Amino acid sequence: MTAVLQVDGLHKAFGGVRAVEDVAFAVSAGELLALIGPNGAGKSTCFNMLNGQLEPDSGVVELEGRDITGMSPRAIWRLGVGRTFQITATFASLSVRENVQMALYSHAGKLRSLLSRFGTALRTEADALLDQVGMLDQADRPCGVLAYGDLKRVELAMALANQPRLLLMDEPTAGMAPRERVALMELAARLARAQKIAVLFTEHDMDVVFSQADRIVVLDRGRVIAGGLPAEVRANPDVQAVYLGSGH
Amino acid sequence: MLRVTDLHAFYGLAHILHGVSLEAKAGEVVALLGRNGAGKSTAIKAIMGLVPPARGEVTFAGARIDRLPPYRIARLGLGYVPEERRIFTELSVMENLEVGRQPARQGAPTWDEDKLFKLFPNLGRMRERPGGRMSGGEQQMLTIARTLMGNPKCVLLDEPSEGLAPIIVQEMAHSIRALKREGLSVLLCEQNLRFCEAIADRAYIIEKGQIRFGGTMAELAANTSLREQYLSV
Amino acid sequence: MTFASFVIQLLNGLAAASSLFLVSAGLSLIFGVTRIVNFAHGSLYMLGLYGAYSLIEALGRTPLGFWSAVVLAALAVGLAGVVIEVVVLRRIYRSPELFQLLATFAIVLVIKDVALAAWGPEDLVGPRAPGLSFPIEILGRGIPAYDLMLIVVGPVVLALMWLLLARTRWGALVRAATQDREMVGALGVDQARLFTSVFFVGAALAGLGGALQIPREPATLDLDLSVIADAFVVTVVGGLGSLGGAFLAAVLIGVAKAFCIGFGFSKLTLVVEFVIMGVVLVLRPYGLLGKAPATPRAIGETPPPLGPPRRWPVAAWLVLFALVPLVGDRYVTVLLTDIVCFALFAVSLHFIMGPAGMVSFGHAAYFGLGAYAGALLFKKAGLPMELALVLAPFVAGLFAVVYGWFCVRLSGVYLAMLTLAFAQISWSIVFQWDELTAGSNGLVGVWPSAWLSGKPAYYWMALALCGIGIAILWRALFSPFGYVLRAGRDSPLRAEAIGIDLRAYQWAAFVLAGTMAGLAGSIFAFSKGSIAPSSVSIAQSTDGLVMVLLGGVETLTGPVVGAAIFTWLRDLLARETDFWRAALGLMILLIVVVFPQGLVGGLAALYARWRPA
Repeated sequence: MTAVLQVDGLHKAFGGVRAVEDVAFAVSAGELLALIGPNGAGKSTCFNMLNGQLEPDSGVVELEGRDITGMSPRAIWRLGVGRTFQITATFASLSVRENVQMALYSHAGKLRSLLSRFGTALRTEADALLDQVGMLDQADRPCGVLAYGDLKRVELAMALANQPRLLLMDEPTAGMAPRERVALMELAARLARAQKIAVLFTEHDMDVVFSQADRIVVLDRGRVIAGGLPAEVRANPDVQAVYLGSGH
Repeated sequence: MLRVTDLHAFYGLAHILHGVSLEAKAGEVVALLGRNGAGKSTAIKAIMGLVPPARGEVTFAGARIDRLPPYRIARLGLGYVPEERRIFTELSVMENLEVGRQPARQGAPTWDEDKLFKLFPNLGRMRERPGGRMSGGEQQMLTIARTLMGNPKCVLLDEPSEGLAPIIVQEMAHSIRALKREGLSVLLCEQNLRFCEAIADRAYIIEKGQIRFGGTMAELAANTSLREQYLSV
Repeated sequence: MTFASFVIQLLNGLAAASSLFLVSAGLSLIFGVTRIVNFAHGSLYMLGLYGAYSLIEALGRTPLGFWSAVVLAALAVGLAGVVIEVVVLRRIYRSPELFQLLATFAIVLVIKDVALAAWGPEDLVGPRAPGLSFPIEILGRGIPAYDLMLIVVGPVVLALMWLLLARTRWGALVRAATQDREMVGALGVDQARLFTSVFFVGAALAGLGGALQIPREPATLDLDLSVIADAFVVTVVGGLGSLGGAFLAAVLIGVAKAFCIGFGFSKLTLVVEFVIMGVVLVLRPYGLLGKAPATPRAIGETPPPLGPPRRWPVAAWLVLFALVPLVGDRYVTVLLTDIVCFALFAVSLHFIMGPAGMVSFGHAAYFGLGAYAGALLFKKAGLPMELALVLAPFVAGLFAVVYGWFCVRLSGVYLAMLTLAFAQISWSIVFQWDELTAGSNGLVGVWPSAWLSGKPAYYWMALALCGIGIAILWRALFSPFGYVLRAGRDSPLRAEAIGIDLRAYQWAAFVLAGTMAGLAGSIFAFSKGSIAPSSVSIAQSTDGLVMVLLGGVETLTGPVVGAAIFTWLRDLLARETDFWRAALGLMILLIVVVFPQGLVGGLAALYARWRPA
């Protein structure tokens, strides 16, 4: 199986402080890889180098064999990457359906028109996506009034509108209730496996990580200190010492 | 120490708190549990005056505080530790502590930098480091230390375990128990039941802006249906 | 260029830079802590200059009298800042950002008329500095000793400010409040007192900057806006919130301007300012020493969804408006012509500041340039009036292409400051280019063709063209293009993440809005038969802001209503009193203080309170 996302020798320093050092991993189609580690371990920095928000000092990020290192978030989306944000980012004054339609219009290259009416096209497609994430019944509400968990679902639908090969999810369940958390990741996992999407996510909730991830990579102080199947990672004494503690 | 009676609060035009009543006695650690969006954080902010209460009464150490601005409430000895840490990233550790400094007060433990560095040895090793260059766990410790510089009698903690690595959460529980030993009262809001079980004496459950349960941690532990219904665990 | 003249111009520039630095440092300090862009900072500078003039007259032209006057003037301006903070701004810290801006602009209007009443309209030339008026010879040329002293003042104040901020508890509190003032309050710090003290220091710096200039420049009533525009440029170039950056930028701009003037290219000063700003913004978007602004921590109130206009009510109003000249007199028709021009102007401003989220303090640039383009195409190029009228908007659009390219690189206050700086530059070009624009006199004899010479005929033409303009803008708002703008305002991060090149769309929006404002300006010029530099002025820009905010930035028809009310009201006031600016300013302040959430927000809050629970 070839990797959808391949990361090699990634480095990033901020003002002399090395935030990410020599990080490497790969994610295959239909696989869920969790990136975990203490706060400040470099997860977010790492993530932002994959999605185009930050440019790495050195190292290579490849999407299906194509070098995407240092590309803009915009260009990376166009190559088939969908994202959800740690703090949800949706268009608050637009309705749920319009949010998804924005993503669909963008995917179809239909945003440039100045005089046609927005929202008439791609409506069924938007509703189908909303149905998949269980948000169809709220399609006409503005995103600004939605509950947090529902916003996360809208973000997932927007990411899927791009028919992505890779899905990047930064703390997808932060701020949600325990049961909602597992439900959301189960949903993402189901869709990803069915559509052969590779998923990379960071997460602090160990219940979510150990129940949904196929593999786990652990970062500490910018370096990969462990990686492998959930059971292996859980048993790793280094991981217990820096991250999991005695509770797990 | 802290008593809240029939508190109502709005966030913008949304009515978030519908008559919340609760109490924290001197030296007690009390947890306010509830789902995301249940009103926990708004309750803490309304007590602190950060969200003006629309109706109801808050008394602290014998004084009405529900019409006071936050700085007056803080000066009466009620400390506030916000969620998401909110340290001053451009300021050094020492400067962050300086901003929190208030005069010593009667009936509350007095803190200074040296005493705080004994409680949080990590901070003592990075006195001149800007807050923005610290790890999440260190920042969380600094937030608490900064609030303690005000020599509070009672501390409000807004989701202290959110977004922290499991091992830091354990350290956090450790420090909260240390505060209790110093004689401080603590009211914290949380989603993490396991964390609360490790530190709290009593708990309230809040749902849709109303208190649905109040009792000891043992009573809560015994009541599975309650936890199932309101905490989805 | 000889080495000697090089050194002399360098010293000249450094002397001018000191005052510029003082004003900008004060502006930056106040913005950092209170998040208010104090439009009135130039007015405080102006007060410092006038104050020093009067105090020197009172205390005597001796070294002691002079220096006491300078210090007292600075302190008095500091106190004026305290009064402004306590009386007005303290009441509106929780209001929307735009309302705060509006309030500080209202203060500009009031201060201008206060100065007019106290010191009269004539320029006042101050004395030379007693004891320091002798020249010091440098490389064979004389430089006033006072100028050399000024050169020292800048770095000294920079050092003092740095010590104050880095080494005192007050400084720690100020820096903490700059990042998170709510948290500072929750830690027991009295924000109101902190803010007042910051306002005192910031205002006193502006006052000192003005007072120190008294031997070098006359006190005039135009200083308020020209100084604030310069200060905005310095702040944008140096980086908002960075004292060191403000100093560097002030030196850079001061020296560059001095070289232009010194070598006889005084008209190039504006171009130089423009080029410096452009280069810096391209290389370092947040200024020389500035940092990317942290994401604001308050949960922004999301604007309500915008609904498309309903056809029948709009058509009914249109018919009603078209019928008025048949029953009204000449005065009403003229007023209505003004109103439709300003309605298009306000709608085009609303287009970029409402749905697109790009607040412009300088929208009059396009209105005025459109007006001048129409007049010049007609008078100088000899085009038929109809052709000139229709081509003029595209000239304004061309300027919007250039200005917009810079502006969309920024966001929030930075963007707003930059738009103002561009408008001020446009005004200066129009004002200074005597041969082409007839300078302060303006162009006259810009009359429409015979078939449009009747007031009702011209009004109908204006109504039709402005109606078409408004229809195009409204239509665009509900197209995919308009949705991209709204989406980009709500979350630029998300827009980029779904593959949208937001900047390109915002640029296009800028050009479209600029073109439409140009159309409004061109129609306006031919309706008056003349055009003056005031149509490009900052006052004209803020008129637009007031119209939009009065009517409600979150509604579609609000700007039209606001334009109508405002135009009528201003006309009324101007005929009643000479101090109409102050009257208008006080009225704006009243609205802002009584409805701190804005008219629409205030009414909604009232409704919520009385609604049965």
